[in-house]
Amino acid sequence: MTISTGRTRQVDVPAESGSGPVHALLPSDVPVQLIDLDGKEHHDPRYPLPGSGMLQDAYARLVAGRRINDQANALVRQGRLAVYPSSHGQEACQVAAAAVLQAQDWLFPTYRDSVAVMSRGVDPLQVLTLLRGDWHSGYDPYEYRVAPQATPLATQLLHAVGVAHAAKLKGEDTVVLALCGDGATSEGDFHEALNFAAVFHVPVVFFIQNNEYAISVPLKNQSVAPSLAHKAVGYGMPGERVDGNDVAALLSVLGAAVERAREGGGPSLVEAHTYRMQAHTNADDATRYRSAEEVQGWVSRDPVVRARTYLRAAGLLDDEREEALAAEAEALAAAMREGLNTDVDPDPMALFKHVYTRATPQLDEQAELLRGEIGRSGPSGDAPENGEPECSDSEPGREPGGDPGGDPESGEPGGSPAANSHPETPGTSSAQR
Amino acid sequence: MAANATDTRPEARDLDGEAPSGSESLTFAKALNAALADEMAADASVVVFGEDVGPLGGVFRITDGLTARFGTGRCFDTPLAESGIMGMAVGMAMNGLRPVVEMQFDAFAYPAFEQVVSHVAKMSNRTRGKVKLPMVIRIPYAGGIGGVEHHCDSSEAYYAHTPGLTVVAPATVADAYSLLRAAIRLNDPVVFLEPKKLYWSKETVDLAALRQAADEAVRTGREVPGGIGTAAVARTGTDATLVAYGPSVSTALAAAAAAEAEGRSLEVIDLRSIVPYDDATVDESVRRTGRAVVIAEAPGFASVAAEIVARIQERCFHSLAAPVLRVTGFDVPYPAPKLEHWYLPGVDRILDAVDELQWDEPAAENEGTGSMEAGSLETRSSPRSGSSEARR
Repeated sequence: MTISTGRTRQVDVPAESGSGPVHALLPSDVPVQLIDLDGKEHHDPRYPLPGSGMLQDAYARLVAGRRINDQANALVRQGRLAVYPSSHGQEACQVAAAAVLQAQDWLFPTYRDSVAVMSRGVDPLQVLTLLRGDWHSGYDPYEYRVAPQATPLATQLLHAVGVAHAAKLKGEDTVVLALCGDGATSEGDFHEALNFAAVFHVPVVFFIQNNEYAISVPLKNQSVAPSLAHKAVGYGMPGERVDGNDVAALLSVLGAAVERAREGGGPSLVEAHTYRMQAHTNADDATRYRSAEEVQGWVSRDPVVRARTYLRAAGLLDDEREEALAAEAEALAAAMREGLNTDVDPDPMALFKHVYTRATPQLDEQAELLRGEIGRSGPSGDAPENGEPECSDSEPGREPGGDPGGDPESGEPGGSPAANSHPETPGTSSAQR
Repeated sequence: MAANATDTRPEARDLDGEAPSGSESLTFAKALNAALADEMAADASVVVFGEDVGPLGGVFRITDGLTARFGTGRCFDTPLAESGIMGMAVGMAMNGLRPVVEMQFDAFAYPAFEQVVSHVAKMSNRTRGKVKLPMVIRIPYAGGIGGVEHHCDSSEAYYAHTPGLTVVAPATVADAYSLLRAAIRLNDPVVFLEPKKLYWSKETVDLAALRQAADEAVRTGREVPGGIGTAAVARTGTDATLVAYGPSVSTALAAAAAAEAEGRSLEVIDLRSIVPYDDATVDESVRRTGRAVVIAEAPGFASVAAEIVARIQERCFHSLAAPVLRVTGFDVPYPAPKLEHWYLPGVDRILDAVDELQWDEPAAENEGTGSMEAGSLETRSSPRSGSSEARR
């Protein structure tokens, strides 16, 4: 089999390292693939094809993810979202990242991983809060075990290591999957996170979505390593490369890495070779740094089409199911449109919430100042009529102004995840599940 | 190096060397060590990590014995990577632990600055308070020890300027103990600045009483008494107020002692807590004395000292007999050891500034009223000349 998904530089492994410890850490010479470009099964003795139910479920999420990406892009054009970093073309990575985790595991996403977060069960509207403009993060990380989406590159990888290290110290059965892109591998925190994870032997899977560009900078200007997965060897952890547009291979490879971590095998690194079909964000002109021919070359590798071809041929998908999935995706998009077409009017007094457990006297003075300004702005002004200092959290089911974390008097040490979670918060997107 | 004026607080002086029962002579470093050990004993979620904090006990021995007593799961060495230490602490705090990390030296913390600013300070706010980060960042800081470059920075302004961080700096042995325990118990991240030059200073303190008070607070879920958000009056006086924190408090106390010999009564405020800042204690003192000098080691431009001066001028203007002055380090990189005594604000520089406070005009008498008639600048704008010479 020959594939050329992006960067597939061949690696010369010294003969003497043949079956030694270094060799055991090295990734495959070519990315693992279980369903080929024609939608046919490609047997790999190391990685079994996921079960048909898992593939059917993944396809449903792929269809929803594609629709979410397209809808979000449209909402940017309508001015309803400030920005949307689309994962169009990378949906298989997004779906697999969420699918291989259990309820007690953690996902650490980046700004481009909205579909992965939604696949984890977070309501799309809560995911899009970051990009909509009324608050930096819209969901409760403890409820879904999904960290806030990170915008600085690679910083969240260290948080993932910390969560895993704490889990290990506490004896929890928790695996942490941390996402980043190819550009993030150049950051110091990427190095420190992998090194810390290996030294402390914690249950983390680092998952790089190598989509060939860090905004405009191509991978060849980012790294000259044989592959990004090869970096794992330097930290003493195994690396693996996988076809990032093959959801079956992703499920199998990531699933094996998660299982390995769960069983005490320590961290590992998985690099998915994929492609960002659209610009970095709406503010980016991708035609300035890549050719139409290059982009066109990736159309035939589309992750949604490939999974569909396989499932149809295997008799695991029929017209009726496809129509149902399309309708579900359409309903999801409609809910997004409806939710985002409602103007949000954040309470300006919320500015002072959650900076500290207890506001400083200086913040109290500034809150008074703003309250006065709100009072002068009148009923037609930008401020809501409600001048209360409480943050009017908009999520349904929350107590207005509630600050469940602000309990300095409780004496609870550190707030365990259980203590920090809020089961009364309404549930997940039923459309997505 | 400035005189290390310990035992100059009123209560310490009153003891006159006679330690009451339960009191013991303790170094600043030992007090910090005791605070860490006591918190770890009281709360299994407290973990200590950093570079060389394990078997070595830290380069300043602040974590001495913690690994032996609590095991490598509770106090451990990390790879040499400050951002890694800081970022891992974020995740550990997210997952229910109370990390206390050591940055080894002030300037070594800069590689971790992005983690501090982008995540440590903001995690609560960006998650609407859902994710609290109860963590303490211990930084041996400031100069006066003859350290080589990158070992003596005063970095408090960077942290104080970042919303979401609590920033404290103890100046006494008792505060070192209680403030650290209070910091570990706080549900917000705390930058805990430890003046290096004070590590070996000794005071007689009633550690048993401090320990009992902290233990009782932990047990009952109350706030540990320790001074977060409250300044202390380190020395009472009537003629002018010296505002200082951390390493500058002992210098300010030495200056006040020297001024007393010259017949001038200076009050010394030890801020202890830079964020939250205790306006009330500072304002009360300055309105009473009518004059103020703010003292800090850091370069003065855009500094914490500058902020304090601005706040005093804004809030106490009508009680002031003179412009509020600041005595700080120069706006230069921290100097090499043989030059640091020229850089550090010492007793003479403080007294010179005190001399500049327009002593031929009466101080405001009507403090607290905010009355306009008491504060017209024109009535007291006659600068004195030769005041410094008069003192010398």
